[in-house]
Amino acid sequence: MTNLELEKTANEVRKGIVTAVHSAKAGHPGGSLSAAEIFTYLYFEEMNIDPKNPKMADRDRFVLSKGHTAPGLYAALAERGFFPKEDLVTFRHTGSYLQGHPDMKHIPGVDMSSGSLGQGLSAAVGMAAAGKFDKKDYRVYALCGDGEIQEGQIWEAAMWAGSRKLDNLVVIVDNNNLQIDGTVEEVCSPYPIDKKFEAFNFHTVNINGNDFDELRAAFNEARQTKGKPTAIIARTLKGKGVSFMENAVDWHGKAPNDEEYKVAMADLEKVGEALCQK
Amino acid sequence: MSEINPTKIGMKIATRESYGNALVEVGKEHEDLIVLDADLAGATKTGIFKKAFPERHWDIGIAEANMTGIAAGLAACGKVPFISSFAMFAAGRNFEQVRNSVGYPHLNVKIGATHAGISVGEDGATHQCLEDIALMRTIPGMVVINPADDVEARAAVRAAYDHVGPVYLRFGRLAVPVFNDEATYRFELGKGIVLKEGSDVTIFATGLCVNETLEAEKLLEKDGIQAEIINIHTIKPIDRELVVKSAVKTGKVVTVEEHSVIGGLGSAVCDVLCEEAPTKVLKIGINDVFGESGPALELLHKYELDAEGIYRKVKAFVK
Repeated sequence: MTNLELEKTANEVRKGIVTAVHSAKAGHPGGSLSAAEIFTYLYFEEMNIDPKNPKMADRDRFVLSKGHTAPGLYAALAERGFFPKEDLVTFRHTGSYLQGHPDMKHIPGVDMSSGSLGQGLSAAVGMAAAGKFDKKDYRVYALCGDGEIQEGQIWEAAMWAGSRKLDNLVVIVDNNNLQIDGTVEEVCSPYPIDKKFEAFNFHTVNINGNDFDELRAAFNEARQTKGKPTAIIARTLKGKGVSFMENAVDWHGKAPNDEEYKVAMADLEKVGEALCQK
Repeated sequence: MSEINPTKIGMKIATRESYGNALVEVGKEHEDLIVLDADLAGATKTGIFKKAFPERHWDIGIAEANMTGIAAGLAACGKVPFISSFAMFAAGRNFEQVRNSVGYPHLNVKIGATHAGISVGEDGATHQCLEDIALMRTIPGMVVINPADDVEARAAVRAAYDHVGPVYLRFGRLAVPVFNDEATYRFELGKGIVLKEGSDVTIFATGLCVNETLEAEKLLEKDGIQAEIINIHTIKPIDRELVVKSAVKTGKVVTVEEHSVIGGLGSAVCDVLCEEAPTKVLKIGINDVFGESGPALELLHKYELDAEGIYRKVKAFVK
């Protein structure tokens, strides 16, 4: 895909996020929107997957360790054709398969159930280790939050992944700088994130996570890195694409009301139109 | 069952050792079986498996939560991981990892928890897990097995492998006598085993308390008390039919376990009986206190979980 196509797709993913969270009257738009480019790049460019065969044996795997940003994952999966986009409005509704946090048992394309922060990376490490053990070529991707890495289990997982030289593993840290109680620095600074992963024997790349050129370069670099897992520290803008949600801590876990939904969708339509003019 | 080293009745073997040996037996037949340990391979006896299959024994280091998540990832890729640590860490520290990364997605992870109960001995309260059965049996879809001797423990490991879904296996540190006959023993998941029929009282026991109860029964018999002894190796799913049938028959029920009286076998039996056949129940276990340091046998005696203690309590209850 060209960058323009990816940008258009990311914008559609953002519409899906806002639509799902609005319909649910609950959910986490901020960290879903910040990672829209990351979800888009993974599912439309980077990963070897088949929407017609979500359980394909040697597929690449993705674990959304920051599971509360399920709307971002679901919108990308729907956009990619794993399930109908119309179903996004059932997100968090009683009886829907689109659970508040990723549920691998019921959602096509979800490789691991997640949501309790800190646990997903360990599962991704297990998947990467299984791939190495079976001498398979598949790669494993885990998306963590910059607040999430305050959890100790992340570093248990990182230590073992580094020690086992799992170069088929890529950890992406969505560094939007905000968590529920404030900026990550105010709450408990995870910085320097790159130096921490380096100390755990990772190759690290610092990028603007909302830029497809930089995402492309980083994932290519990860692919070429042998003997070490890679951590991509992706600086992003929380709430990106929706004017009133951008860099606003209040929109971590809150749904837009009907009025706000209209404004949000108008913002995204405007972006879409501008992209069509390119 | 091991054909090379048949276990003889009366031999003393710790069920943690049975675990290590059974992993080798089952691992020989199934290449997807991978054993994870958290720097306790010598104590959990997975070192036996490591010797036989070093490439399938992964030491995760002292990081039980991570070990559990790694196992979830392995299971999601078709492996059958057995994670191994002391019960305190495998079930206690790990409760939420087991619940959310293994239980909720119903992944095929087996938890081999050794050093359960007060018979850990000298290490004392911090390492004597008396709450693991309670924790594990609240997780939907989790199977909880507490084998009583070497023969049963090895059969349980095989049954755990054959069962698709999460299984918690509880093993002990202390060498305990073998009382099951390997030649005739059959392990059936979820089925209790009537070891002796009786009419005055039913004693449901689990783990190393089964043999102690069999010894207590001999003393009860001298006093003219006919106790029905039932070994409940699978605490979840519990054998509801057998629990009800025997309780209705004798009208008096005792449960015996090396676990807190809150949430373990006693509670599981009461859960069944209060709904289906209300019966007076005496729960013998650890009475809502922490353990302490001491030789295992002395602690079992002090906390009245040996034959003498069980005998005394049952006798008083029946009268």
